Amino acid sequence: MAENTYDAIVIGSGISGGWAAKELTEKGLKTIVLERGWNVEHIKDYQNNTKDPWEFPHRGGRTQEMIENYPVLKRDYPLNEKNLKFWVNEQESPYTEVKRFDWYRGYQVGGRSLTWGRQSYRWSDLDFEGNAKDGIAIDWPIRYKDIAPWYSYAERFAGISGNKDGLAVLPDGDFMPPMEMNVVEKHVSARIKEKYKNNRHMIIGRVANITQPHHDRTNCQYQNKCWLGCNFGGYFSSNSATLPAAAKTGNLTVRPFSIVTRILYDKDTKKATGVEIMDAETNQTYTYHAKVIFVCASAFNSTWVLMNSATDVWEGGLGSSSGELGHNVMDHHFRLGASGRIEGYEDKYYYGSRPNGIYIPRFQNVGDDKRDYLRGFGYQGSASRSGWSRNIAELNIGGEFKDALSEPGDWSIGITAFGEILPDHDNKITLDKEKKDKWGLPVLSMDCELKENELKMRKDMTAEAKEMLESAGAVDVNTWDSGYYFGQGIHEMGTARMGLDPKTSVLNKHNQVWDALNVFVTDGACMTSAAAVNPSLTYMALTARAVDYAVSELKKQNL
Amino acid sequence: MNRREAINRVAWIFGGTIIGGQLFLEGCTRPASTTDVAGLFEKDQMDFLGDIADTILPATSSPGAKEAGVGEFIPVMIRDCYTEEDQKIFVEGLNKLEESANKKYQKNFQQLSAEERTALLVEIDAEQNEYYATKKEEEPNHYFRMIKQITLLGFFTSELGATKALRYNPIPGRYDGDYPYKKGDKAWA
Repeated sequence: MAENTYDAIVIGSGISGGWAAKELTEKGLKTIVLERGWNVEHIKDYQNNTKDPWEFPHRGGRTQEMIENYPVLKRDYPLNEKNLKFWVNEQESPYTEVKRFDWYRGYQVGGRSLTWGRQSYRWSDLDFEGNAKDGIAIDWPIRYKDIAPWYSYAERFAGISGNKDGLAVLPDGDFMPPMEMNVVEKHVSARIKEKYKNNRHMIIGRVANITQPHHDRTNCQYQNKCWLGCNFGGYFSSNSATLPAAAKTGNLTVRPFSIVTRILYDKDTKKATGVEIMDAETNQTYTYHAKVIFVCASAFNSTWVLMNSATDVWEGGLGSSSGELGHNVMDHHFRLGASGRIEGYEDKYYYGSRPNGIYIPRFQNVGDDKRDYLRGFGYQGSASRSGWSRNIAELNIGGEFKDALSEPGDWSIGITAFGEILPDHDNKITLDKEKKDKWGLPVLSMDCELKENELKMRKDMTAEAKEMLESAGAVDVNTWDSGYYFGQGIHEMGTARMGLDPKTSVLNKHNQVWDALNVFVTDGACMTSAAAVNPSLTYMALTARAVDYAVSELKKQNL
Repeated sequence: MNRREAINRVAWIFGGTIIGGQLFLEGCTRPASTTDVAGLFEKDQMDFLGDIADTILPATSSPGAKEAGVGEFIPVMIRDCYTEEDQKIFVEGLNKLEESANKKYQKNFQQLSAEERTALLVEIDAEQNEYYATKKEEEPNHYFRMIKQITLLGFFTSELGATKALRYNPIPGRYDGDYPYKKGDKAWA
C-alpha cells in the first residue's frame, strides 16, 4: 500500500489540474496526477503542427467516417482532421441528452488546455457581486480583492499578453506586451470610443500567448495554429507550462489512463483518505492515498466523481447534502453577431497570423446603462481582408477569376457576442445509471436550457453589434444568429458551486467540499455564476489560491 | 486557429454557399458507398477532372489547378467527405457535363479548345448559380458547385497554389498590423 501513498492527489491534468500539480509540488508535496486519457508529450505529440496544409488528405476537413464516429463533435467546428486526437472518443464515452447538450471533451494529459481559445480576462466585482445584488442564486463567498493577487500570480507564470486599458469592468493584469491591432481595428476602435463617448471600448484581446520568451518557452510565432499544439510553447497549456514546472521539482508523478471512479471517504474523520481508480487500458482497480485531494477533472466530470463517492453516507454522493450537486449548470451562449465591410485601406494588409482578436468588454447593465435583462455580454472579433473563398460576382471561371482570388479582397470586420448565463437550479446534470460507458461506469445525463433572461439578451446581442459596426463606419452590415445549444461555449461551469452556507453550496470559500475539507474542487464546477468573460484564468487563480490555503492548513495540521 | 477563426472558416469556406449544409456540419448517417466513386480514381477520369479544374483555375502567372494536383484531389474528397447522395449527384453530373459539351459543340469536353471549355463552364456555372438562388435546403445539390468548391479548396491549399498563387509563410515570427500592400501582391495562404 505504501507505494500508492502520496501527499496529494490531483484528479485531471487540464488547466486546473496542471496548476494544482505545479503549486502542490513546488510547495514540496509528493503529488500524483491521475489523468483518465492518454499521455500527450509536449512537442513530440504535436506532429500535425509542422505539417503543411497540403499534407492533410482532406485539407483539414471532415470525412463521413469522422461524422459517423463523432455524433457530438460534428455539431460544430471542433470536428476536423487536424487535431482529432485531442478530442474524446465518443463511442467509448457516451452521455445522455434529456435536452440537446453539446459536450466537447478532451481526454488526455493536458486536457483542453491544448485546444483552448486562450482568451484570458479577470473578473471584476461587477461579476462577484452580481448574484447578491440581483437576488439570483447565492452570493459568491469571495470578492475581487480575494482573488486579485492570485490573478497576478497566474498571469505572471502563464504569460498573458494584453494592454492595460484601465477599464473598471475588466481589471488590468500583469501582462506581457500586447499583440497589435491591425489598421482597420484601430480605426474601428477609435470610432467606437468617439461615438460612445468613451463608454464602450474595443481593445486587443488578452490572450495566453507569450509575446516575449518566458521560462523555457519561445514567444508566439504568429502561426495561428495553436490548437494543434505548439512546438515553440507559444501558448499556455499544462503540457507547455505547469506540468514541466511540476516535474522539475522531482515531486510529480503523472499516471495516464487512470479513471478515478470514486473518492474514498472516512465517515469517522469526515475526510477523504484517497481515491479508487480503474486503469483505462487493463480495467484493473487500484487505490491511491493522500492527505489532500484536488478534483480538477473538468466541471462535469469533477461532479461525476463526487456523485459516485461516499454514496453510503449520502445517496447523491459527496457534496450532495446541500441539494445543489449537479445543479446550476452554466456556459456562455454565443454564435451570433454581426459583420460588415470597411471601405478603403486598400494599401494596407498585415503580416503574420495573429492567434488573437479584438474584444469589446461588457457595457450592458454597467453604471447607468440598464437593460430589460440582467448581466450582459462581450464581443470577440477581428478585421481582416477576405481570401480566396470569397465570391466574386462577375468573375466565375478562368484566369482573371483565379488571379483575382490570389489577391486579398476587401476589408471586413466581424464580432461575435459571448453572453452570461444565469445560474438556475433547474439546469442540471444527473447520473444515468441505465447507460454505461466502455468501462461499465454510469454516464452523465444533461438537462439544461436557456431561460428568458438569455433569450432576451440574444436579441440585444445582434442589435447592438449591428449598431456599433455601423456607428464605426462599416457598410453592408449583416447580423447572424446560428442558434445556440447548451455546451457549445465549451465553458461548462457550475454543478458544485462555492458559497457561504453548506446548506446551499457544495464548496466553501476556499474550494473545500463542506462535507470533506481535504477535498478541493477548483475547476469550472466551483463557479457560482458565469460572468461574460472566458473563465480559464479564473480557474488558474482559484486553484493557486486553494493550494496555498490547503498547504497552510496541512502545516497547521488542520487537514 | 482559435474559436473565432474556426467559426469564420466553417461559415466562410464550408458554409453558406458551399455544398450541402450537411456536408461539413451535420453529416449523414448512411455509410458512404465507394462503388459509385471508384471510377473517379481511374487515370482517365482524374485527367478529365484535372481538365475541368484547370478550366476553372488555369495557369496564369502561377500554375493551374491541374498541375497542382486537383484532378487527383477531387476523387479523394468525393469518396471520403461526401454523402452517398452527393456522390451520386457528382458522378451523374460528370455525364451531364459531357452531354452539355456534346450538345453545344458535338464533342467531348476534353476535345474542346480552351476557349470552348471556358465558354461551356461559364454557362454551367451560371446555371448552378441560378439553381442555388432559389434552391430549398432539402433539394439536391448541384454537381458543378461541388466541382468548383473542391477545385478552389484543392488548389489554394495545394503546394503549388499556396506557394505560387498565394504567399505561404508557415512561421511568420512576428505580427505587423500595418503592412504595406500594393495591387498585385498576393494574399497570404
